[in-house]
Formats: sequence, structure tokens, C-alpha cells
Amino acid sequence: MSDGVMKRMGMIFRAKANKALDRAEDPRETLDYSYQKQLELLQKVRRGVADVATSRKRLELQLNQLQGQSAKLEDQGRKALALGREDLAREALSRRSALQQQVTDLETQHQTLQGEEEKLTLAAQRLQAKVDAFRTKKETIKATYTAAQAQTRIGEAFSGISEEMGDVGMAIQRAEDKTAQLQARAGALDELMASGALDDPTGMAKDDITAELDRLSGGSDVELELQRMKAELAGGSSGQQAIEGGQNGGAQSAPQQDRPRFDKQ
Amino acid sequence: MIVRIMGEGQVKLDDAHFTELNRLDDELLAEMESNDEAGFQRTLDALLDAVRRLGTPLPDDALEPSELILPSADASLEEVRDMLSDDGLIPG
Repeated sequence: MSDGVMKRMGMIFRAKANKALDRAEDPRETLDYSYQKQLELLQKVRRGVADVATSRKRLELQLNQLQGQSAKLEDQGRKALALGREDLAREALSRRSALQQQVTDLETQHQTLQGEEEKLTLAAQRLQAKVDAFRTKKETIKATYTAAQAQTRIGEAFSGISEEMGDVGMAIQRAEDKTAQLQARAGALDELMASGALDDPTGMAKDDITAELDRLSGGSDVELELQRMKAELAGGSSGQQAIEGGQNGGAQSAPQQDRPRFDKQ
Repeated sequence: MIVRIMGEGQVKLDDAHFTELNRLDDELLAEMESNDEAGFQRTLDALLDAVRRLGTPLPDDALEPSELILPSADASLEEVRDMLSDDGLIPG
């Protein structure tokens, strides 16, 4: 199809129907809503056409009736005149005259209604064309919008992923920094505690002086205990000899004293 | 393809007829551009007659999108020119 009148008019219809869409936040909803409104409007116009058509038909019926009555009265007048009853003929014609006035009024109304009906029919058809064009465009735009939105979402997802990855990287960095900091602090604390400059809150660690004193005192205790035990052993054997010697007399105890009983030990 | 005649309604046309219609449509455009009112009316009548003759009318309550739109039979050259101007058919 070349760009003749037909195609250009069609294109203008579509382009115009589409004009209101730029402002929409979600064009799809607005499009559907707008289409719905247009359909409602179209329905209203169609109902209007139907109402006017009904009124027109009613008027036509009334007109037919009145014209029938008018014709009847004319006929009656003619017959009355033929029978020499001029008075009756006059009556019939005056009634007919009154009816004619009504007929004229109704004809005027009929013409007005007919004009209205034509205008409304044209409006309905034009509106129908607009709605048609709008619907086609609406579906195209909706599809395009959905596709564009999907693409945007993909883009957002990618940037979202990279952001998240960035966050993870930062978290790792922070964790590493914190670990290093803690390690450094722990090292420093160990040194401080070892040097005695810092009390160990647990009470487990000892400074070097205490440790040395403890070592020294611990060592002397061992020595002292050893001495005491030696003395005990030595003191114990001489005591026994004294008892035995006392029982057996002083002369007997002297050779026993010389026995090297514990010398080997 | 569905063609709308403004003020009349829609007509469904077989694609085979478009060669003939296209010729008339081009002629109509040429006459409009050359301001040939008589020729324009004649061609518009011929085009509308062809569409009516070759196509099947769609019922009034059908909601089918029209792919092509034709001016109404009583449209003047000036009116059609206005319709095709920047402001188009639908104001605003």
C-alpha cells in the first residue's frame, strides 16, 4: 500500500490516539484504562443513537396516525358537503386544521431528531474508528513496553549483581582489616602482659619477676624438703638404737651400732 | 484487510483488490495536492464505491481495528486536507 489518503489517514488516527501516552507512568495500565473509557463512551454514544432513533420512530407513528385522522376528516368533510351538510363539513375541516398544526409541529420535531440521529451516528462511527485505532496501537505499545521493561530489569539485575559483589568484596576487606587489627592487638597484649606492664585479667599469666621468685622459692622448697627428709631418716635410726640399747643394756648396743646396716643405701 | 469509511462503517476487503484501490487512492492524493476539487470528488466516489462493492461490511458492534481509513462520501477536498494536516483527525 502506498502512502495514499487511506494509509495516511489511518496513520494519523493511530498517531493521534497515541498522543496521550507520554505522560503515563505505567503506560499499559493507562492504555487499558483509556481504552475502557473509550469503549464506555462509545457505548453511551450508541445508546444515544438508539434512544434518538426510538423517539424518531415514535414520532413517525404519531405522524402516521395524525395524517390518517386528517385524511379521514377531509373525507368526512367532502361527504358532508356532498350531502348538503355544510355545517358538518365545516366542523370536520376545522378539526382537520387543528390536526394539521400538530402534524406540522411533529414534522419539525421529526426533522430535528433525524438531524440529531445522523450527527450521533456519525459521531459514533468516528469514535469507533478512533477506538479501533487506539486498540491496535495500545497492544503494540503494551508489548513494546513490556519488552523494554524486561530489558531494563535484566540491566538492573546485572548492575545489582555487580553491586552485591562489590559489597561482598568490601565485607571481605573489612573482615581482613579487622582480623589483622585483632592479630596485631593480640600480639601487643601478649608482649605487654609478658613484660608485666599489663595485668592479665584472667590471673593466669605471671610477670617474669614473680615467675623467677616462684621458681627460686619453689626450688628452695624442694631443697628444704629434701634436707628435712634426710634428717628424718638419719634421726629415726639413732632413736631405734637408743631404745634397743636401753632394753639390752649399753654393752650390747655398741657392736650393733657399728653394723653397716644402712651404709649400702 | 479492514477498511473504514468514515460515517459509514467498516468493510473487510480481500488483499487481491488492493491494486485497484491503490490506483484510485494515489489518484485521489494527486487530485488533492493539485487542488482538483471536481476530480477529487469523482475519484473519492469511485474509491468508496469500489470499497463497498468489493468488500463485505462488518457489523456495527464489531470492534475490529481498521488498517485503512477513508473520508466520508460527503467530505470536501478542504476537509480531507485538514484531516491530513499536522493537527490530524483528532484534535489535540
